[in-house]
Amino acid sequence: MRALRWHGKQDIRCDTVPDPKIEHPRDAIIKVTSCAICGSDLHLYDGFMPGMENGDIMGHETMGIVEEVGSEVTNLKKGDRVVIPFTIFCGECDQCRRGNFSVCERSNRNKSLADKVFGHTTAGLFGYTHLTGGYPGGQAEYLRVPFADKTHIKVPLGIPDETLLFLSDIFPTGWQAAVQCDIQPDDTVAIWGCGPVGQFAIRSALLLGAKQVIAIDRVPERLAMAEAGGATTIDFSKESVVERLNELTRGKGPEKCIDAVGMEAHATATIDSMYDRAKQAVMLETDRPHVLREMMYVCRPAGVLSIPGVYGGLLDKVPFGMAMNKGLTFRMGQTHVNRWTDDLLRRIEMGQIDPSFVITHKVGLEEGPNMYKTFRDKLDGCIKVVLKP
Amino acid sequence: MSRTRGSNQALALAQGLGWFSIALGVAEVLAPHRVTRATGLHGHERLVSSYGVREIVTGIGLLTAKDPTPWVWGRVGGDALDLGTLAAGVAGPQRERSGIAFLMTLGIAALDVACALALRRPLPAAMASFRRRSGLPKPPGAMRGAASDFVVPADFRTPEALRPWTAKAG
Repeated sequence: MRALRWHGKQDIRCDTVPDPKIEHPRDAIIKVTSCAICGSDLHLYDGFMPGMENGDIMGHETMGIVEEVGSEVTNLKKGDRVVIPFTIFCGECDQCRRGNFSVCERSNRNKSLADKVFGHTTAGLFGYTHLTGGYPGGQAEYLRVPFADKTHIKVPLGIPDETLLFLSDIFPTGWQAAVQCDIQPDDTVAIWGCGPVGQFAIRSALLLGAKQVIAIDRVPERLAMAEAGGATTIDFSKESVVERLNELTRGKGPEKCIDAVGMEAHATATIDSMYDRAKQAVMLETDRPHVLREMMYVCRPAGVLSIPGVYGGLLDKVPFGMAMNKGLTFRMGQTHVNRWTDDLLRRIEMGQIDPSFVITHKVGLEEGPNMYKTFRDKLDGCIKVVLKP
Repeated sequence: MSRTRGSNQALALAQGLGWFSIALGVAEVLAPHRVTRATGLHGHERLVSSYGVREIVTGIGLLTAKDPTPWVWGRVGGDALDLGTLAAGVAGPQRERSGIAFLMTLGIAALDVACALALRRPLPAAMASFRRRSGLPKPPGAMRGAASDFVVPADFRTPEALRPWTAKAG
């Protein structure tokens, strides 16, 4: 089969590789009908996440048709249409029983490595470093799904792939970001980053009833899309984020702040980001946490910081004393995808939202390597790329 | 988006212009006498050398920048400078050589401008399409709170002691 494989920093290729096989009775093989490039794939592309190996298959936003199931998978059969969540989970461990699927205790097959790095393991993820299991990803013609009896979202026929695909990650991720804010009717929710997750966080905050949603970015088309979703926008390249947020909240700051940027904040926009970039270059820091610093500063005391943006390792100059004294609540983590997807699928079927609005590029798998660069550099109005194997 | 192919071609052109800049810059720095002889700018070797440094810097910028657009516009500015210098040469004793160089530079300037325009952000029509991409069936104001039937799980709720002010504050 053909698959997009990582061969090093900024080196993704469309290669021919052996088809996956059933390796365990709880496995299934999916024939992929659509997959997407995620913003977090760019952290791998740019070499900021440790634990990738030459030849790893990329991708964790995937859907398709069940091709084959293992002997213990009784709730799926050949021909079923499924979206595959990016978090692999067993459904039986202590964490899964609590709905904390992204920290499943059993699905990471490199658990001992994750135990050493994180203290305790987190879930296995598709196509996302050997720290999270080293599982081949779904930017391919076929995908092996471990724990397939749990790790799937069965979806009906008659709804286009483009409307359902993002149940795999970015829609529930934006949704969980807003849910983590525990939005009240009088809340102002400020969202840094108008990429795909930011766009879904904007719409989720609106649907959950926030009085005001403010979106922060610098890319014109992303800001335009944020406005379409009901956000008041701030272009950080043209105005002070802190001053504008205070103006829009009568000097009090937003009650809830969402970081949909993560470890690769724009490297030349602010002095602290330039400082971070310099430290990254000499390997004294792994992430550029400009957004975290700004959120801590501008958030109203006793507010909530929700962090769906991916961070990889060690952060410098984070004003934790400020956060402590202001009594801020931090909520973060990889998304517990299946905790939300039944409800979100129902909302799609009800017509509350059509997630396909975010797609700007739809191309064949062989175009994938070029699309990584286009997406990373925000060229050609690129916000979301869907690949059709 | 239909502009993908065109945009990729513009990126490839920008890369090509980057290598051209470096090659020209190296020639101007290492062999300014030959360059001034060819362009009818005899006696301006130091000026041509400084232009070479500019070309090399621009070329490196074009080849390494995530978004080459400002560097391509930088080339357009450099072209204007070159044309001004060559125009002065046209009035001098070696007007034929300067004239030919002027026309060649004009052609390259046109290529630079075309590349910069091809790389620019989406056209107003494309921006209008982004403004229509709400994903919502009604205007956002009408969708506010449409999912208020959702019950935030207990483990995702703000600590009770921090909740009351949110309802009162404005």
